[in-house]
Amino acid sequence: MSFAVWMQALDLVLDPQVLIVILGAAVFGLLIGCIPGLTATMATALLVPLTFFMPPVPAVAAIVTATAMAIFSGDIPGALLRIPGTPASAAYANEAYLMTTKGQAELALGTCLVFSAIGGLFGTLVLIMFSPSLAEFALQFSSFEYFWLMILGLTAAVFVGSGSRLKASISLLIGLLIACVGMENPAAHPRFTFGLPELMSGIELIPMMVGLFAVSELLRYVTDMAPPPVVVATKIGNIFGGMWGLLKAYPTQLLRGSALGTLIGIQPGAGADMAAWMSYAASKKFSKEPEKFGTGHVEGIAESGAANNSALAGAWIPAIVFGIPGDSITAIAIGVLYLKNMNPGPTIFINNPQNIYAIFIVFMLANLIMLPLGWLTVKLATKVLNVARNILMPTILLFCIVGAFAVTNSSLGIILILCFGVIAFVMEENGFPIAPVILGAVLGKMLEENLVTSLIKSDGDMLLFFTRPIAMWLAAATLIIVTWPLFKWVLQKRQLS
Amino acid sequence: MKLHDALSGLALLLLALLIGWHASSFPDVPGQQIGPAVFPRILACLLALCALLLMLRGRQATTEQAWVQLGAWLQSPRHRRNFLITLGCLLLYVLASEFLGFLLCGVLILCVMFYALSVNTKHILPLALGITLLIHTLFYKGLRVPLPWGVLSAIQW
Repeated sequence: MSFAVWMQALDLVLDPQVLIVILGAAVFGLLIGCIPGLTATMATALLVPLTFFMPPVPAVAAIVTATAMAIFSGDIPGALLRIPGTPASAAYANEAYLMTTKGQAELALGTCLVFSAIGGLFGTLVLIMFSPSLAEFALQFSSFEYFWLMILGLTAAVFVGSGSRLKASISLLIGLLIACVGMENPAAHPRFTFGLPELMSGIELIPMMVGLFAVSELLRYVTDMAPPPVVVATKIGNIFGGMWGLLKAYPTQLLRGSALGTLIGIQPGAGADMAAWMSYAASKKFSKEPEKFGTGHVEGIAESGAANNSALAGAWIPAIVFGIPGDSITAIAIGVLYLKNMNPGPTIFINNPQNIYAIFIVFMLANLIMLPLGWLTVKLATKVLNVARNILMPTILLFCIVGAFAVTNSSLGIILILCFGVIAFVMEENGFPIAPVILGAVLGKMLEENLVTSLIKSDGDMLLFFTRPIAMWLAAATLIIVTWPLFKWVLQKRQLS
Repeated sequence: MKLHDALSGLALLLLALLIGWHASSFPDVPGQQIGPAVFPRILACLLALCALLLMLRGRQATTEQAWVQLGAWLQSPRHRRNFLITLGCLLLYVLASEFLGFLLCGVLILCVMFYALSVNTKHILPLALGITLLIHTLFYKGLRVPLPWGVLSAIQW
């Protein structure tokens, strides 16, 4: 990690155009996160068509900034309406709302903001310190290791998440099958194209993401029967008051939340929302006053608020080093990296180190500007929460249409967002998660390539998949994850009998 | 609309069979054991396995579940209509944008959607015009996306 590369990276970030993009993405992320029903993933999906037209650094900077902001600002409606703005805030929305009803809205929102920023910075530091050395290690990997790494990542994504593992597996397989469409496979044979020349190069990722994460959300909005939320018009004072005292009171919680969040973020499939849930539970377990949890107590908010933002940075470690996404946001980001010819993987530190370090700097910057911009959003919160969603949603629809068209320059993009919007809507209604679809679609081509290369290299000998040292460990880890539920089930049966 | 697990399992099984069958028509690569059919075939097998498990689990479920359970929104005419309108707007753009152009299509879509979502009638047209022009400027001028002009190509700017 040479000084010159950092200077080059700083130069890239301090370009006025990049700074404007970062500022715009920050405001966009804060607004989207603050509006219930619009998630950080949706913010990313809506940004992607715009990033299509940008050079690599601002493109990734926009995504990094917008998601960091959205994860924080999801806390705002949580505290004021008891409706989490993004799933990542769900763990402690009730706690924060109870604080608001006790007249402590400032303290709740201040904690969310300050601890989010510090958690985000912690995750970024881990990202900066560990990914280069991890990349150096990963340089020794061959197609066998990559194959297992991807299988491990995808299995973890399916088996670690909450909800039905079977349905998540089906979602993942659908994603992988989507990646099979087109002729970009090792044999270069057109598959599942139905004779359509447009499908030769495969299904475009961007319209697919817009459909899965934005159009489906719109469909959910127009079919939502719940009455619109009513904002308790509270005047919010100085949110930074008492923060220093809080930081001194809960240093362990801050550190534990940030560390656990980063670790969970690194794991494929478990993103910011799971980090928040687990940190909240950990906070309660280790607290000296666990009885206060659930009554409007700030401790859990501090810990899990730090955790969800640190998870965001943590998820980028496997994304950058191996090209394996930690959650749906990084899955979308990896798609963008490929589009920008910044193929993620260990060699990115050799080929484009300045670009990667620029992304690290953006991470830092995003978490720092979160403080003033977040403060401003909180000040304007009652106005943002009252924004007319019946005007906003159709605008987003038009935006989706133009975004999809912009990428494909044909109506095919709009047909794709329509199809994937409906597919995602029906899947979610039936309890099939959407995140594995995008993970599968992004990783499918690479997985097949590594599988086929390995099979050709080994001349069909499956034993080679298990005899190389690192590959063996990765295979063992995969096996443990897959058989763990079975093992637990047997154990439970034994205990019962 | 919630389908019974056994029913979605059956549909997925059929899909897996169809994919497996179609994949078997892919040619082999001369001199190589691994052709383009291998990977999709593995996936189709796994999908079929998962689908079978889903059907099995659906049958074992203790709670009685209807084969097709209509969501609450499907029984509300207003929400049903809004759902169809949203899809209709996307279809309209696909079918008519070349002829009508982006501006007319955009204004039309926004007007219909605003009306369906009960935006104040007085605000509908000005809002639709303003937002469409804004998005048009951002993408057509700012990002140089060749949005179609359609019948308005005479006044192209």
